[in-house]
Amino acid sequence: MIIKDVAKILDAEVLCGEESLDREVKSACGSDMMSDVLAYVKNQAVLLTGLVNPQVIRTAEMMDMECIVFVRGKRPDAAMINLAEDRNMAILCTKIDMFTACGKLYESGLRKQEREA
Amino acid sequence: MSIKLHFDVSGDDFTRAGEASGKIKNTLKELGFNPETVRNVAIAMYEAEINLVIHAGGGEIDVEISPEAVTAVFKDEGPGIADVEKAMQEGFSTAPDNVRNLGFGAGMGLPNIKRYSDEMDIKSTVGVGTVMTIKVLNKQ
Ligand SMILES: Nc1ncnc2c1ncn2[C@@H]1O[C@H](COP(=O)(O)OP(=O)(O)OP(=O)(O)O)[C@@H](O)[C@H]1O
Ligand SMILES: [Mg+2]
Repeated sequence: MIIKDVAKILDAEVLCGEESLDREVKSACGSDMMSDVLAYVKNQAVLLTGLVNPQVIRTAEMMDMECIVFVRGKRPDAAMINLAEDRNMAILCTKIDMFTACGKLYESGLRKQEREA
Repeated sequence: MSIKLHFDVSGDDFTRAGEASGKIKNTLKELGFNPETVRNVAIAMYEAEINLVIHAGGGEIDVEISPEAVTAVFKDEGPGIADVEKAMQEGFSTAPDNVRNLGFGAGMGLPNIKRYSDEMDIKSTVGVGTVMTIKVLNKQ
């Protein structure tokens, strides 16, 4: 699917990255723990999280992730949006909770990609 | 030929943690390094940079980039690590709750640095500080 589909499935608002909405994404992960994202994740394009601080953007940057979805109505501030814009990332906001948001994307074909041991 | 870069990392600005790692990531990309090498360096450096901020009250980073490898040295005058072997174990963390609320403190950073680097060395003295050296070879 493309990022635009993610936004549609999650009924999400696009806060930045309009220009990348047609980018293809194949895998996703959901976590509020950036330590775990850094340690357990590989080649994930989409990060779903309920954590709001600039290190979410930085973590996604280091992992080459292209899209961050803030769940449960969480909203990043302007400084975070600027960080994401500079890195050509799309930021989406949905009112849907983490469990349901992950479930909806899974149902639509997004998967998690494990790092090799 | 090699490039040397120096960064001071502030210990009281969590929001800026990762700036140095991000800059190195961009520099390596611009220099045309293999994307896997770029990511390995970025993740290992970011874990170490975050550690400087959350465990050591800040510090400094010296990075040397050559066509064969990227070497980063992290120096701090923080509390030091009493038992390095233990600190290297997955799940070992002394991070307080406020750090965990920021999304860190799972005790995964040091093992992750080991995974993403080709060489890793920690020299630490309690009450004096820590020097960690990370080397990532450039995959061709
Ligand atoms: N620069 C440092 N100075 C002092 N202690 C450190 C330093 N780096 C790591 N440590 C100690 O080693 C432990 C393990 O570090 P590690 O990076 O693996 O986990 P963490 O930082 O606690 O959590 P995570 O990295 O998963 O967010 C830390 O909890 C801390 O006690
Ligand atoms: Mg750490």
